[in-house]
Amino acid sequence: MNYMFIFVNNNNKIMNNNFLEEFATQIRRDIVRMVHAQNSGHPGGSLGCVEFFTVLFNTILNHNTNFSMDGNNEDLFFLSNGHISPVYYATLARIGYFPINELNTFRKIDSRLQGHPTTHEGLPGVRIASGSLGQGLSVAIGAATSKKLNKDSSLIYTLHGDGELQEGQIWEAAMYASAKKIDNLIATIDYNGRQIDGDVDDVISLGNLEAKWAAFGWKTIACNGNNIKELYNTLEKAKSLSGKGQPIMIIMKTEMGNGVDYMMGSHRWHGIAPNDEQLEIALSQNKETLGDY
Amino acid sequence: MKIEILGNSDTRSGFGAGLSELGRTNENVVALCADLTGSLKMNDFKDQFPERFFQIGIAEANMMGIAAGMTIGGKIPFTGTFANFSTSRVYDQVRQSIAYSNKNVKICASHAGLTLGEDGATHQVLEDIGMMKMLPGITVINPCDYNQTKAATLAIANHIGPVYLRFGRPKVPIFIPKDAPFVIGKALLLQEGTDVSIFATGHLVWEAVEAARTLAKEGLSVELINIHTIKPLDNESILRSVAKTKCVVTAEEHQVAGGMGESIAQLLANNHPLPMEFVAVNDQFGESGNPADLMKKYGLHSTDIIKATRRVLKRK
Repeated sequence: MNYMFIFVNNNNKIMNNNFLEEFATQIRRDIVRMVHAQNSGHPGGSLGCVEFFTVLFNTILNHNTNFSMDGNNEDLFFLSNGHISPVYYATLARIGYFPINELNTFRKIDSRLQGHPTTHEGLPGVRIASGSLGQGLSVAIGAATSKKLNKDSSLIYTLHGDGELQEGQIWEAAMYASAKKIDNLIATIDYNGRQIDGDVDDVISLGNLEAKWAAFGWKTIACNGNNIKELYNTLEKAKSLSGKGQPIMIIMKTEMGNGVDYMMGSHRWHGIAPNDEQLEIALSQNKETLGDY
Repeated sequence: MKIEILGNSDTRSGFGAGLSELGRTNENVVALCADLTGSLKMNDFKDQFPERFFQIGIAEANMMGIAAGMTIGGKIPFTGTFANFSTSRVYDQVRQSIAYSNKNVKICASHAGLTLGEDGATHQVLEDIGMMKMLPGITVINPCDYNQTKAATLAIANHIGPVYLRFGRPKVPIFIPKDAPFVIGKALLLQEGTDVSIFATGHLVWEAVEAARTLAKEGLSVELINIHTIKPLDNESILRSVAKTKCVVTAEEHQVAGGMGESIAQLLANNHPLPMEFVAVNDQFGESGNPADLMKKYGLHSTDIIKATRRVLKRK
């Protein structure tokens, strides 16, 4: 730890970044253990977004773990790239939405922790099904509009994959959000440059992503999505830019598989599970902090 | 029920009138439209409640997602576009963001079927009932005239859950009394009879009324039932009727595959198999033309219901 910062968490408790680092490390363990246990799931993208989920849910969101679907007077988060459900579930459990032990049921029959997030089984914390890509930004715009109608000044956050931006609906939503000044919306992109078939640049290049979103009328910010301090500062800055007539996009440069060395630097771990030996290596690189489930 | 012509109007105007009334009576109702405000008769709502009207532009997928999101916080979104763009164009958005997510969205779809007319088959969706009824949890409603469409529009606002409301473009007779009850999932008995049960939905209900009148002159007693709600189907009313008549004709402006008739056939196969004839489009795309000519060419006219009745009576 070569830096220190202090923040006020959503229970008004003063904390420092040591806790966030510990939280992130535990989430990494949870992710690889969940995916390993059912030999199924998406570890790569999940690991790349650990720091984002850690910072968002611990320091940024004004949210209530006593879940209500309407979420009035609280900030809402929508996961559009639903396949990274392991990091979402681990975070929701660790932050108090449901029992941590329930992570044991991931992708198993009769579980609330479906392969992709859903409201269908009533899992607290989830407000929309996602998995089929490209739909979450529209849903978030709808929720943001609902908040405006209700004179609720809370904010809406979303996360999208970079490969997901190849879906046309994203750009329908992008156009709408700026045209209609949806300025209570902070969207983020997990820009890891990888998708199932390989590097995004090889599959279908996104070109200049920042320029694209700027051209669509969004306030665009870039940051290192694996750096807790930078993420915290960027999300705080994004909050300060809300309410100014423009939707906000944070392009987070991330490393797929971050924190597990053999999963980094490739698209290979998008959707496969580690075997027993690989699990042990991953866990040895991420020592238990908050206690395994 | 005494059936008489009370006027002449398009079912989409019934939707527009119902939506405006909801604007006055239910502050949570919001309306979204994908650049077809005039066609959907949503102008009055837009003018009266501009803060609750959302012009989405030509982006139906985005509209379905926004509608799903607006339910979070308690809004009751009514989306408006043509039936084709309400279903086949956005099937995955409706499936994942609305049906699977169980969002309280009312998908309101005009210009369904052949009676859209001159624009041709690109716009004449004949598969929408099938697509929508296959999705778990969606209520599917296809009213038959102005009054019933208005009543259905009001009713679905009070129903919690996703609804597909299907209506059309042309002016057709108004014959359902303004004060007729509209209960989702409860079929409307228009005429009691003993020889044959005719189950009709949407624009084909009036064709069935005319067919029943002609058949009456031949001494046949037709039981005519309006199935405005295709899902959930009113199993009880249908089985009660066929127990008496022992044969069935169904009539709808839709493909045979996936339609109301198919739902009734399934019900009968499971409970009470009987001779049955389907008046519907048989695995074809439509084409340009005026609505009346198209209904004749594709076998959706009252004379086709009469022919189907004669066929089914021979099989009894």
